[in-house]
Amino acid sequence: MIPNEPKITPELVAEHGLKPDEYERFRKLIGREPSFTELGIVSAMWNEHCSYKSSKVHLRGLPTKAPWVIQGPGENAGVIDIGDGLACVFKMESHNHPSFIEPYQGAATGVGGILRDVFTMGARPIACLNALRFGDPKHPRTRSLVSGVVAGIGGYGNSFGVPTVGGSVGFHPRYDGNILVNAMAVGLAEKDKIFYAKATGVGRPVVYLGSKTGRDGIHGATMASAEFGENSDEKRPTVQVGDPFAEKLLLEASLEIMAKGCVIAIQDMGAAGLTCSAVEMGAKGDLGVTLDLDSVPTREAAMTAYEMMLSESQERMLMVLKPEKEKEAEEIFKKWGLDFAIVGKTTDTSRFIVRYHGDVMADLPIKELGDQAPEYNRPYAEPKKLPVLDPQSVPCSVSIVEALQKLIGSPDLCSKRWVWEQYDHIILNNTIQRPGGDAAVVRVEDGPKALAMTTDVTPRYCEADPFEGGKQAVAEAWRNLTAVGARPLAITDNLNFGNPERPEIMGQFVYCVRGIAEACKVLDFPVVSGNVSLYNETNGRGILPTPTIGGVGVLDDLSKSATLVFKSEGEEILLVGDTKGWLGQSSFLATVLGREEGAPPPVDLALEKKNGDFVRSLIGQGLTTAVHDLSDGGLLVALAEMAMASGIGAVLKASPAGISPHAYWFGEDQARYLITMKSADLPKAVAAASKAGVLLRHLGTTGGRQLTLPGCDPILVSSLHKLHESWLPSYMAGELAV
Amino acid sequence: MKAAVLVFPGINRERDMARSLQLVSGKEAAMVWHTDRELPKGTDLVVIPGGFSYGDYLRCGAIAARSPVMEAVRKHADKGGLVLAVCNGFQIACEAGLLPGVLMRNARMKFMCKEVHMRVERSDTPFTRRYNAGSVIRVPVAHGEGNYVADAETLARLEGENLVAFRYASADGVVDPHFNGSMNAIAGILSEKLNVLGLMPHPENHVDPIVGPTDGRRLFESLIETLEAA
Repeated sequence: MIPNEPKITPELVAEHGLKPDEYERFRKLIGREPSFTELGIVSAMWNEHCSYKSSKVHLRGLPTKAPWVIQGPGENAGVIDIGDGLACVFKMESHNHPSFIEPYQGAATGVGGILRDVFTMGARPIACLNALRFGDPKHPRTRSLVSGVVAGIGGYGNSFGVPTVGGSVGFHPRYDGNILVNAMAVGLAEKDKIFYAKATGVGRPVVYLGSKTGRDGIHGATMASAEFGENSDEKRPTVQVGDPFAEKLLLEASLEIMAKGCVIAIQDMGAAGLTCSAVEMGAKGDLGVTLDLDSVPTREAAMTAYEMMLSESQERMLMVLKPEKEKEAEEIFKKWGLDFAIVGKTTDTSRFIVRYHGDVMADLPIKELGDQAPEYNRPYAEPKKLPVLDPQSVPCSVSIVEALQKLIGSPDLCSKRWVWEQYDHIILNNTIQRPGGDAAVVRVEDGPKALAMTTDVTPRYCEADPFEGGKQAVAEAWRNLTAVGARPLAITDNLNFGNPERPEIMGQFVYCVRGIAEACKVLDFPVVSGNVSLYNETNGRGILPTPTIGGVGVLDDLSKSATLVFKSEGEEILLVGDTKGWLGQSSFLATVLGREEGAPPPVDLALEKKNGDFVRSLIGQGLTTAVHDLSDGGLLVALAEMAMASGIGAVLKASPAGISPHAYWFGEDQARYLITMKSADLPKAVAAASKAGVLLRHLGTTGGRQLTLPGCDPILVSSLHKLHESWLPSYMAGELAV
Repeated sequence: MKAAVLVFPGINRERDMARSLQLVSGKEAAMVWHTDRELPKGTDLVVIPGGFSYGDYLRCGAIAARSPVMEAVRKHADKGGLVLAVCNGFQIACEAGLLPGVLMRNARMKFMCKEVHMRVERSDTPFTRRYNAGSVIRVPVAHGEGNYVADAETLARLEGENLVAFRYASADGVVDPHFNGSMNAIAGILSEKLNVLGLMPHPENHVDPIVGPTDGRRLFESLIETLEAA
């Protein structure tokens, strides 16, 4: 055996996050005691983060195919055909645990990792988005976490040179000890020039490219697969340090050697670094891989094989190059000042062999490392259904105006300008719709085609009813893309949950995934990539179930896109869809009345489709002047957002009889949109709605500088705007008693 | 116009710049690598674009300013050749001694990406002849270190010789001294011979009407007009 290696003991196995039966499974697989390096390798391959061992069986139920899907889940990122010979490559991934431990670097490397996933496939990143969830604003750490995470996302994306065009930020006490940082990247490639991880050819050199390997991030993926206790600060050394400058060079160099036809296979070194990338390339190509660690560029002296195999140093790639192009590729990398080293070769033995200083440190069956990872069908509890809340049973002494003011100035619904102004959202000169709208719109090359993108989830709903909540997250992404006029194409999902070993958490997961699957099927909106993040809990308390959906859609002609801004005075305001006044789990109930109760609004997917297709067709015909989807806060919050974005007010009709005014204005019934149009176009829209069987309700007209509701004092749009814009900057400046 | 856009490792707005030059002038700009010792023959405009050269890990622009290509840029400027230096380019130009002063962290210590207004201080320069002096234009900024600082003597000279090209202002032209902490609200300055302009905002991101406002366009039109007149 190898000299000076720690002896494998049950304690050491446990420290590596392996259960005794998992270790036994591995021991049987290799037919002997593993070496220390091998134990490290298997702990990296078989942890939850890399193996999806608790989630795999359920993820198989997600629809992943459509005629426009080029590559579904299983590669670095999903790929869809957007026409004209172009493909959109995208994925979302979490960096929750590292961001909680070290917010700046955790968030920064989250962005770096997802960008690498996208350009590894040969795509140039054209946009980033994110979805962030923080704890209670009153919690002593919240402010510094917000500050660090936002600075980290900006610090990486701004320097790398990709616009961060959209996202969401929310607060809830259930994230106090475990924030969520989900980062999404979107790239563009030629459809027939997509690169994959699968290695081909025996005896081909395996090449290491990018930054040097250090001791940072060792066991990062294992840390990400455990829940937090009181001492999570001690895990700081497992967080990686980002270098966006190196990543920018790696991007340019990688795309250059791909364009020159040098690359056979490519895999970025993300979670579990060299281990996962080498195993993946070999296993996918039915080949063995032998690594010679003496050739790995290191930035620290005397690193052990164990450390090198588990390091999560950032900005590194592994490739198999065409032998005749090796010289050319090396010159390109040298030009960009990056390391280029041949660190191994492909073999026909199906073994993963690691050599160092003349010793064989690991010799493992390469396919089985992935294929034979444990897979669990963990016990799960069916979530209990909550009773439907009767809107008449919600007494409310707060006036409509006060409730609106409270909502639009609340942490969840206030303007997030303070956040997105720290992100360069205009670089590349293609950002047609900036942050703050329903979905971001980014021009494709010189147009007229554009991509729309959004991230969505309503964790309150998912907690109350995982199945409906899962459906709603997908439906809302679909609706947001529709509201800008785009044809929704596909999603990436980032499933953030607590400890799957607890049946009630596993139940949340299973039912959310079923809800997502159901919505994706009906809306023809397949899942092409994703990430599962479990064990998001601290001291036994899980986060709200948060399956973030990143949606992408296409606009064939960006001149036919819609924004939510009122365009001029004297236009007609119309509501598409039915309003019953659903208050259960609404923002109004939670924020204004402090009650998180009842069943969330049900999602009628057929109705979503009908109403959405109708709105999209109106936009395409140029009949709308503004469009906004209805979500948190319901009708009046959406109206206020349209008014605040323009400075133009509105005169509104009274709420209909038979529905309480609060439920009418703030209910969160699904499948609804607000649209405005010129009076002259109204008959056309009414005729189209009646033909399509869509409910269209006339709400009032735009005009003036205030929102006027019958029976209420008029509200100045400028005063609403001030409330909307002030909460976050005041909170971050510490000027707010919360 | 024969423009050369410099490319340093970590620069990231070179494509935006080249695209806007092409859009306004109809001509393709040459991309010049930082290790080149000569500019392409006939270059009449050098552009140092924005980004994070060398990651901005040292003082912003300090390493790029010492690149081989900068010797050629200095010669070009010495002969009166035009140099447009934007954002990180402005920082590089200051570090290279093409312009005086330095750009520090924004007063509020945060990166800022937003549209701002700036007042055009003079219209008798190769960069601003298509604007009116005193007019206010809308341009985006995207920087964390745009806080212009110079010693009292330099500042007095800049003001005395009328070398401030743009100042941050409100929409109606009132100078805004608090935008990012810049002394005298300076957004852009000129060299003594008026052939080098450094500015923090990004006129190249406000050129294309499909994307947004086009107030940056006239800066490029000014350059074309200047070069055609020469």
